Amino acid sequence: MTTMTIAKAINEGLRATLTDHPRSLLMGEDIGPLGGVYRVTDGLIAEFGADRVVDTPLAESGIVGTAIGLSLRGYLPICEIQFDGFVFPGFNQITTQLAKMRARSNGNLTVPVVIRIPYGGGIGSIEHHSESPEALFAHTAGLRIITPSNPHDAYWMIQQAVECQDPVIVFEPKRRYWLKGEVDTGSPGASADPFKAHVLREGTDATVVVYGPLVPVALAAANAAAEDGHSVEVIDLRSISPIDFDTVTDSVKKTGRLIVAHEAPTFGGIGGEIAARVSERAFHSLEAPVIRVGGFHMPYPVAKVEEDYLPDIDRILEALDRALSY
Amino acid sequence: MGATHLPSTEFDGTDIEDQLEAEAEAHVGDPDEPMVQLLAPDGTLGLDPVYSEYAGRLDPEKLRGFYADMAKIRRFDVEATALQRQGQLALWVPLTGQEAAQIGSGRASQPQDYIFPTYREHGVALTRNVDLAELLRQFRGVSNGGWNPKDTNFHLYTLVLAAQTPHAVGYAMGIQRDQKFAAAAAAANGATSPVPEPKAAVMVYFGDGASSEGDVHESMVFASSYKAPVVFFCQNNHWAISVPSSVQTRVPLADRAKGYGFPGIRVDGNDVIAVHAVTEWALERARQGEGPVLIEAFTYRVGAHTTADDPTKYRESAEESRWRAKDPLERLEKYLRAEGFADDAFFAQVKADGDDLAAYVRKTTHDLETPDIRTAFANTYVEAHPLVAEELAWFEEYSAGFADDSAAPAEGAN
Ligand SMILES: Cc1ncc(C[n+]2csc(CCOP(=O)(O)OP(=O)(O)O)c2C)c(N)n1
Repeated sequence: MTTMTIAKAINEGLRATLTDHPRSLLMGEDIGPLGGVYRVTDGLIAEFGADRVVDTPLAESGIVGTAIGLSLRGYLPICEIQFDGFVFPGFNQITTQLAKMRARSNGNLTVPVVIRIPYGGGIGSIEHHSESPEALFAHTAGLRIITPSNPHDAYWMIQQAVECQDPVIVFEPKRRYWLKGEVDTGSPGASADPFKAHVLREGTDATVVVYGPLVPVALAAANAAAEDGHSVEVIDLRSISPIDFDTVTDSVKKTGRLIVAHEAPTFGGIGGEIAARVSERAFHSLEAPVIRVGGFHMPYPVAKVEEDYLPDIDRILEALDRALSY
Repeated sequence: MGATHLPSTEFDGTDIEDQLEAEAEAHVGDPDEPMVQLLAPDGTLGLDPVYSEYAGRLDPEKLRGFYADMAKIRRFDVEATALQRQGQLALWVPLTGQEAAQIGSGRASQPQDYIFPTYREHGVALTRNVDLAELLRQFRGVSNGGWNPKDTNFHLYTLVLAAQTPHAVGYAMGIQRDQKFAAAAAAANGATSPVPEPKAAVMVYFGDGASSEGDVHESMVFASSYKAPVVFFCQNNHWAISVPSSVQTRVPLADRAKGYGFPGIRVDGNDVIAVHAVTEWALERARQGEGPVLIEAFTYRVGAHTTADDPTKYRESAEESRWRAKDPLERLEKYLRAEGFADDAFFAQVKADGDDLAAYVRKTTHDLETPDIRTAFANTYVEAHPLVAEELAWFEEYSAGFADDSAAPAEGAN
């Protein structure tokens, strides 16, 4: 066990990948000598050289598109998109090409490209640096989407993404890059399956489902609720596509109440999908409607007011109160 | 700077649109614009300081092969159009007029090269030994691909314009890395010089319309930055559905290469010998590690964009006639006959082979199997996926319900 930050854990995970898989390579803007704008690839170019850690031209479609070509030639590219809001020039390549290559080729071609995207708000940044576009990708079949919330998962998930034969997007909660935690580099343990949700805290009165940056927020809310005598179960989804509905449904069958929280706008988001599935699968167990907590239907607001936008402990507690009032 | 230099919306007496149009025509359509041509429309072979050497490599048998390929693919095109008209295909994308551009370039590639086509490269597919009946799967609506690219190194057709261009560059970057791996492996085995692998290059096709897409730009930047072994082959057939090439570019497309730092060559796309020569030069250069080349094959889409298009709405038939006079098959036929390389018997045989191919395609198209939607469930992901499994299970149960219904006597029947 070693203690490290999420950023360092991903760095170590990438280092392990580059060592274990000679045909893997990193591609992205400023990921070489600078180590990426978040320094996640720090030191890797010195260790593996410019052919394995490729500082690319400033071109997101080019990054994803050439990664697809490299992957068709048997390489394992891991792309870094600099910020969530800048993935859109590459959206076409991800959704129309990467996601569909296997289906279009009747299973003859696989393109196991990995795309890392720092996402989410709370860092006081300017426009296009704080967005949560995960639902836009989750809607596209052929992609897998995972998001770590702690260093141990961060270390293993990047390696699991590279080993997965399908294209995987890893959304990295950028405001948690500096969150420290224990990493067992010897074994993933309970994190062996990246597509399985984790019950982080058991409870009996309500379930809160979250992922990525909101995991610590939900845990804090559950602690606060406990002081008021409410027992709240907290689930870290970990995988946004596929979603581990079994773990969520089992929890709801026990607690009868469900709150789903994410930073992305509520409308058309992952929370709506979970609410719908749970109402189909556990309708008779529900004591209250599923309540969603999320961003508003507006462009991500300016940093000075992002505190009002981002779901926080109080917003989750308010949702909990509503659920408990039924 | 005085007021006269300020931009103005008034153009005393001159129509700016006309002016720009004339200017663009002068550049883009100007036959005097430098263009590699070896075989003139009258069937005479000219000289070129660089490319005649490549033309000299072609023996009569190869030239007859070019003709046979062009005639075959034109016959196939006619057949596929007929199949579409008969409701056997959802859509057809004809290539008539572009045979020389495709056969000339495709025949310049070697088996180890990898080709990324767009959606009109039936002639290139022929040169890569793709079963043309399989090529029709996509147009018949039984597959979104139809053949296994690994068998022929001919990638699937791409319908999102230009999306294949970065794939080509990435693939070429992979070839570069393969060579390093091979060298390292050879060195590790104690070899003094690396085992000579057949060096490979990549060729990617796109149209004059697609050249406006951002992906082409990004691909060229990547290709140039990493000196990737890739040949960009643009078939300038003058129309992107109804939009003329003058709306896509104000300069000859080949000139754009200069801005990326690699050679750009405009070649007469109706001259199979010149296209072959230029492409062979570019592919050899790429395989030697000299980096990318842009080839602009100056040609013409004689018919409609697709079977869903009506060119009478946007262009003059006189333009079409002018280009028909430059027909790629006719000029090679004139040359072959004049040189005594081919006689009536050869042309009769080519026609018969074309008819055989057409008959084969007609028959096999009818027989193309409709896949079970379960294959789509199976091919969305490589690894097990709970959502797919759940939806498939639902589908099975739902379908089974219908099976019961049809087996049972209809209600009210007696
Ligand atoms: C990204 C994208 N936009 C629009 C279309 C619709 N479309 C199909 S073909 C075509 C014209 C393409 O012209 P060009 O690239 O010159 O190729 P050509 O068909 O003439 O060979 C258009 C606009 C498309 N397939 N993809």
